[in-house]
Order: sequence, then structure tokens, then C-alpha cells
Amino acid sequence: MKIKHTISDNTITISLDGELDASSSVLLDEELSNPSIMMFGKILVDCKNLNYISSAGLGVFISHLQRFEDAQIKLIFFNMQEKVRNVFEILGLDLLMTIVSSYEEAVTIAND
Amino acid sequence: MTNKIRVSCDRKNLKIIRSFVTDTLLPVHLSEITLNQIILAVDEICANLIIHSNHEDSRKNLCLTIRYDQKEIIFELEDNGTPFVQANYKEPNIHDHIRTGKKGGVGVALVNRIMDKVEYDVHGSTNICRLHKYLK
Repeated sequence: MKIKHTISDNTITISLDGELDASSSVLLDEELSNPSIMMFGKILVDCKNLNYISSAGLGVFISHLQRFEDAQIKLIFFNMQEKVRNVFEILGLDLLMTIVSSYEEAVTIAND
Repeated sequence: MTNKIRVSCDRKNLKIIRSFVTDTLLPVHLSEITLNQIILAVDEICANLIIHSNHEDSRKNLCLTIRYDQKEIIFELEDNGTPFVQANYKEPNIHDHIRTGKKGGVGVALVNRIMDKVEYDVHGSTNICRLHKYLK
């Protein structure tokens, strides 16, 4: 799992590359637990190269969701592969998290 | 068709198990989504066996056997760790997990929703988890 981030004004875009399982999700948790992330108003997660997610990966997002909501930080996923989105759907997480098709759509929703 | 793999209880081996499932099921011609769901279910059980049942003790092993015919695919997982007690299992409430910031506890829910039948058995010191996926 490779994690890259791009910063622009009030937005951090996190790009996930690889597979998020019980082994690699520790890296993502460290990234999202970093106090500096709370300085941003918008967190966009680019899932284009995220090829796999297990409950450990989902659990990282689940565990930070409330903290971001409380701080009024928008968390938006985009470019998600259908098989990965399906995993969110099995647990109904697609209804509790914001998942959109494209970067442009993510930016539009982030700026609403 | 039968295929078998034995790995040590190290979470880095989860990727090896997923590759083994992918390669073994190649002749079954599943859709991308169904194949991913099946890989996920096996991965979830293996992660639980490695982390919770065997406390990531790499001196211990788990064994996965895959059998399939035209009707179903059966995954049999064997280990010698602490057995999973199905009677103690409660379906997670995702809203509670979000509210409390809980990280784990949704893996078995995924397995139960993906697989058609899930069996847990203990034979002496060996625990057996059997996952059935029916082919329609």
C-alpha cells in the first residue's frame, strides 16, 4: 500500500495505491490519526488505484468518521472501483459515507 | 479440484492467501465482484485466525483447502489456536461503531453476508471453519 497526499488550500487529497488489508491498513490509520490532518476542512480520498479493501481498511475509515464530522471536516471518496464500492455497500457504508464518481464531483460536493 | 496452502500466522501472509484463492478459482470464471467478495470472506476469516485465535504467533500455522465442483466452492480453514465461539457472536451495529470510533468487529458480518453457509467445528485441538459458496 502506497499513500500519497496532495495539499491545496483547505483540502488534502489522499491517494491510495494497492491493497488495504489487516496488514497494510495500519499505515492508513497512522495517516488519518496524524493531528495535522485536522487542520484541513476537506479530505478527498482518491481510490482509483485501491484494488482491495477488507474490514480492517473499512474499520480505519469507520473509526475516524465521527471525529471528522465533529470537526466539520468533509470526507469524500472518489474514483472508487466497482468491486471496492461493493464492499462498502455490503455493510451499508455507502449510505453513511460520501462516495462520488470523479474528482470534479468530489470538489463540487466539498465546496457546497 | 482440490488445492491446499499452509502459511504461518503472520498477517503479512494474507496477501499470499488472497493470491492463492485468486489463482485456484481462475477456472471457475466468476464475475470480478463475486470473486472479490469470496477473496474478502476468506481473507477475513484468515485475519481473525492469525490475529485473534493465534495472536500473530508465526510459529503457528493455518491451513486453507479449497474444493469446488459445479455446484459449490468450499473453503476449509484449519488452525490450532483459540476457537471462535459462534454462540457469543453479535451482529455489529455500524452506527455504534462510528459513534464510538471502533475499528474492528465487522469482518464476520461481511463473511456471513457473502457466504451461503458458514460452519465452525472443533476436532481435538484443531479448529475447522468451513465456508460454502453456492454456484448458481
